[in-house]
Amino acid sequence: MGGSHGAGHALLWHGHSPVHRAPAHLKVLAVLAFTTTVVLLPREWFAAYALALALVLATIRVAGVPLRHLAPRMLVETPVLVFVALLPFVAAGPRVEVLGLSVSEAGLWGAWAIFAKATLGVLASLTLAATTEVPDLLRALHRLRVPGVLVEIVGFMVRYLALVVDDVRRMHRALLARGFTARSPRHWPVVARTLGVLFVRTFERGERVRRAMLARGYTGRMP
Amino acid sequence: MSVPVLAVRGLAHAYPDGHQALFGVDLEIHAGERVAILGPNGAGKTTLVLHLNGLLEAGAGRVEVSGLPVERAHLPEVRRRVGLVFQDPDDQLFSATVRDDVAFGPANLGLRGAALEERVEEALAAVGMTAYAGRAPHHLSFGQRRRVAIATVLAMRPEVLVLDEPSSNLDPAARRELAAILRDLDVTMLMVTHDLPYALELCPRSVVLSEGTVVADAPTRTVLVDRELMARHRLELPVGFDPALVPVD
Repeated sequence: MGGSHGAGHALLWHGHSPVHRAPAHLKVLAVLAFTTTVVLLPREWFAAYALALALVLATIRVAGVPLRHLAPRMLVETPVLVFVALLPFVAAGPRVEVLGLSVSEAGLWGAWAIFAKATLGVLASLTLAATTEVPDLLRALHRLRVPGVLVEIVGFMVRYLALVVDDVRRMHRALLARGFTARSPRHWPVVARTLGVLFVRTFERGERVRRAMLARGYTGRMP
Repeated sequence: MSVPVLAVRGLAHAYPDGHQALFGVDLEIHAGERVAILGPNGAGKTTLVLHLNGLLEAGAGRVEVSGLPVERAHLPEVRRRVGLVFQDPDDQLFSATVRDDVAFGPANLGLRGAALEERVEEALAAVGMTAYAGRAPHHLSFGQRRRVAIATVLAMRPEVLVLDEPSSNLDPAARRELAAILRDLDVTMLMVTHDLPYALELCPRSVVLSEGTVVADAPTRTVLVDRELMARHRLELPVGFDPALVPVD
């Protein structure tokens, strides 16, 4: 039985598949190796791309993560796709006719390569995220000799991101309740001030967290 | 008389911006006592609490914990002896799992392996949160997070537990459950609170702090029935609450 219920982060799909149970540091290494390989693939090797896609899809299948869980989270790729869509029209070089439009051949190849590599990379990363709990991921990074300070920063970020997002939501709601509309340029200075307040609040939260850590004997190094 | 667990003598403090929060506070807490610190907002309650384990340095006067002066050289031992539970559990719980957070304090004391595990188990059991050891703190209810925050401090086996507004933001059921847990803890306790019925229920003795000085130190019921004292220091009981009618053990 799987599901996004109960404990776990927003990207996680709860389950007990072999992919879920695999040691997290191996999964991190696998995603790293996979992404590097895909990035280095020559863009004409269509069969290799098909094989890579088949590999990710097979892993997702074994993990039992439904594609409808992953699909909305693929939206993170959108900015890249917008850029990719523009590339054939703005790139220089010899032009070819596609569906009655004159597009750059080099741009078309570039767009294909970026699209394929980005999509495969994002899909592999999402699969890792969907099958790995945050604490396991942090331990994996530690085990892979990522510097302790960086692992701690990632840990704090994951822990406090939810609170910051909550803060933003509350402040936004309070603005809406007083007739604020994000569309009106007249209100843009308000957005800037809100971000300032958010920064100060978050900074003060950091101070309080530090104080609470000191109270428990923290001396500047994680035990 | 035995050495008090907490001894505060002539404590004064002014913040860097010039605002003076404490003007010579004297206070003694003995082993096994449960004492409430009452007072209006801005009375200096939190400032006092931050001095008890050296998070703020005294401008004048001194604080001793079981005879050990709160000074830079003794800070690690002072912070082991005085367990501070902050008002917002989200400030206190920063780890990815409840277990890691409860282990943070004792690990800072140098405990490892089975000894560390034992501390974590013991502290979580004391607040009834054993079943949540593997959960992420931000997925717990507010009441559960407050209980875990208390466990993170209990795991250091403090000589005195200092709680800043333990009942704030709790719904009535969580407030009652926490009272039962606090009453069962076998530890000296100092509790800063605006919740006067809570003070009456849990603390036989109350200290009223107002404008940076101690203005009353007496059995809690005696303080709460003194209308003149209460009014003078902006302390108010909930409408219809009569402290004379509440049975106190």
